[in-house]
Amino acid sequence: MDELEQRPQGTDWLYAPAPESREIVHFQERYGLFIGGETVEPRSGEWFPTLSPASEEPLAEVAQGGADDVALAVEAARGAFPEWSSGKPASRAKYLFRIARILQERSRELAVAESLDGGKPIKESRDVDLPLAAAHFFYHAGWADKLEYAFPNRRPQSLGVAAQIIPWNFPLLMLAWKVAPALACGNTVVLKPAETTPLTALLFADVCRQAELPPGTVNIVTGDGSTGEALVRQEGIDKVAFTGSTEVGKAIQRELAGRAVPHTLELGGKAANIVFDDAAIDQAVEGIVNGIYFNQGHVCCAGSRLLVQESIAEPLVARLKRRLSTLRVGDPLDKNTDVGAINSRAQLDRIRELVASGEAEGAELYQPPCDLPERGYWFPPTVFTNVAQSFRIAQEEIFGPVLSVMTFRTPSEAIEKANNTAYGLSAGVWTEKGSRILWMAERLRAGVVWANTFNRFDPASPFGGYKESGFGREGGRHGLEAYLRFDG
Amino acid sequence: MARAGAVDAVALEARSGELAKRSIKRASKLQALDLVVRMIDLTTLEGADTPGKVSALCAKAMRPDPVDPSAPAVAAVCVYPNLVAHARERLAGSGVRVASVATGFPSGQYPISVRVADARAAVELGADEVDMVIDRGAFLAGRYAEVYEQIVRVREACGDAHLKVILETGELGTYDAVRRASLLAMAAGADFIKTSTGKISPAATLPVTLCMLEAIRDVHLDTGRMVGMKPAGGIRHAKQSIQYLCLVNETLGREWLTPERFRFGASSLLNDVLMQIRTQKTGVYESPDHFTID
Repeated sequence: MDELEQRPQGTDWLYAPAPESREIVHFQERYGLFIGGETVEPRSGEWFPTLSPASEEPLAEVAQGGADDVALAVEAARGAFPEWSSGKPASRAKYLFRIARILQERSRELAVAESLDGGKPIKESRDVDLPLAAAHFFYHAGWADKLEYAFPNRRPQSLGVAAQIIPWNFPLLMLAWKVAPALACGNTVVLKPAETTPLTALLFADVCRQAELPPGTVNIVTGDGSTGEALVRQEGIDKVAFTGSTEVGKAIQRELAGRAVPHTLELGGKAANIVFDDAAIDQAVEGIVNGIYFNQGHVCCAGSRLLVQESIAEPLVARLKRRLSTLRVGDPLDKNTDVGAINSRAQLDRIRELVASGEAEGAELYQPPCDLPERGYWFPPTVFTNVAQSFRIAQEEIFGPVLSVMTFRTPSEAIEKANNTAYGLSAGVWTEKGSRILWMAERLRAGVVWANTFNRFDPASPFGGYKESGFGREGGRHGLEAYLRFDG
Repeated sequence: MARAGAVDAVALEARSGELAKRSIKRASKLQALDLVVRMIDLTTLEGADTPGKVSALCAKAMRPDPVDPSAPAVAAVCVYPNLVAHARERLAGSGVRVASVATGFPSGQYPISVRVADARAAVELGADEVDMVIDRGAFLAGRYAEVYEQIVRVREACGDAHLKVILETGELGTYDAVRRASLLAMAAGADFIKTSTGKISPAATLPVTLCMLEAIRDVHLDTGRMVGMKPAGGIRHAKQSIQYLCLVNETLGREWLTPERFRFGASSLLNDVLMQIRTQKTGVYESPDHFTID
């Protein structure tokens, strides 16, 4: 052994840059609105740039849709509705299958566009966003002509025009979550993509053309919050589906009060990832990392609170910190990047403000050493220990790569702490004991409870919240219900 | 000693699958390939092994690519005890070590006295390293203390020789068992833990290697000891070998990126790695006929 100890002790092995080529995407200089199957200039005459958050470089200009544009889009959707809803259901399935296939065929282009416009690592847009988006269209294509079987004796009917407002964290995937069930159920759509990430939705307009989707079936109106507001106010909509912040969700609900417009809201979250002392530690660490650093923590169901049984808190947190030092933060287009750029300046400011509050309230901050690029919006993976339930970082949604660690002693205490939040979107339970998983799942007030995994999605699995995380379900048979009325 | 704990198969395989997707290009690829050559235990373990066969293997081990004098030598040549003396003679002065399998390889289903004598004989014949097998029969019957005692006795019989303990993970059935066997072998004094004999399928896999690397890391965190790792069997392609290095790099770090702490038990891997090195340097693929088969 002595001889061995004298030998050289390994070498640094740095991964060379492995960027995915951006040549596959050709952005236009300007994108108009997609209304009635045509690209049209905004009546407002206003445009705004969309930036790459990793470099702050402008990628393209997009239209700022105003109330007039929204009215036109709703009119187009209304016009397309009778034929789309009364046509053969199998024909709707055909279009959805086509869209799914085209998404698969163009997946590399769309993944690169998603990473450029939103800042997420290419490995995530390539391996998660795109495959799941296509899967949602495939899944709902299957339902289109089987609605009678999904809801026997209830005579499901299409609603009409669905106004859909989606967030910036999974732009194309959220589009798929919204558009696929709406179309499958015979509705037509006016979609408002997020202000900071409109490009994949605009590329999706081209996918619709390629699929020869009847004009007006899907309309896309880009713009800022005021565009979304105009859409919700617009007469002639029959349904509102919104994914985004709880604050905006409440505003939408106020706006819709007194109007016979059914709505589903998928809002914020502050999920607890609960680790028991018998859990498989290394895999729990992976689940924690995936829970909060996946997509820079810009995930409504992110496991932003770690509740760990006190008896293993020390070794678990030590392993977690060690693991954080291997996360590769940087160029979203590099295939080896684990954590990309923060989506926008505004979001970065919010994360910084909340992290500062955590330090001020007395939590202990840990960030692994990592070189952040000079340009663009970046925040290192962050863990707070010594967090009390009363701290803002334990209560408010940070929507960034920031984890708050708290401990518990017994399963009952874990439940109490996990449920002690205004939200209730998701939760994770890590234990080798099957009976405990079921015991916990019965008591957790969360729409999704993952056991020994986290952030897993499937179109067949309904997703949605309790309490201020919203209502209504997306995905699965439950998700169809939000796009139908029942005459039976 | 590290906590035995549990291993979740689904998440372990997901993690190793993710690490296998690392994209290793250009200079880092060349560096990795060079390192892989230096980490190979070039192995022949056939009933038909002869001095002639072993001579050829030793020549290959010392100078893997006759056309490229800058190509490094491999770490060791691994043979049955009967061929140790011959290999030692051929490799004298080269720095390439002689490894011998022992302890009733590959099954280990022999009286412990015979297995210990087997290991002692290998060392006396000149083996620098001994690759022992654990008694899977005892392990699967739950006689862990017995398995531990046996490893301790072989450890003593090996003297200064380096001890690699083969778990034969393909026979252990679960990652929980692999982790338990890894911790047990390290507690009993293993210098290296090794996946497989190469006689059982599945042999080395990425997830089982990750599971063992995590056990090694836990022992290191708890005791400071640095135990080596050797996946063996089934690693035939350069691309696979780089995936293993990514696992090591991101689980244990740079201190394990050395032949002293990580080895590949392989035979056909070497030529594929040499071919990839040539491709990296010249930009073209050459025919396999340009690489010697030994």
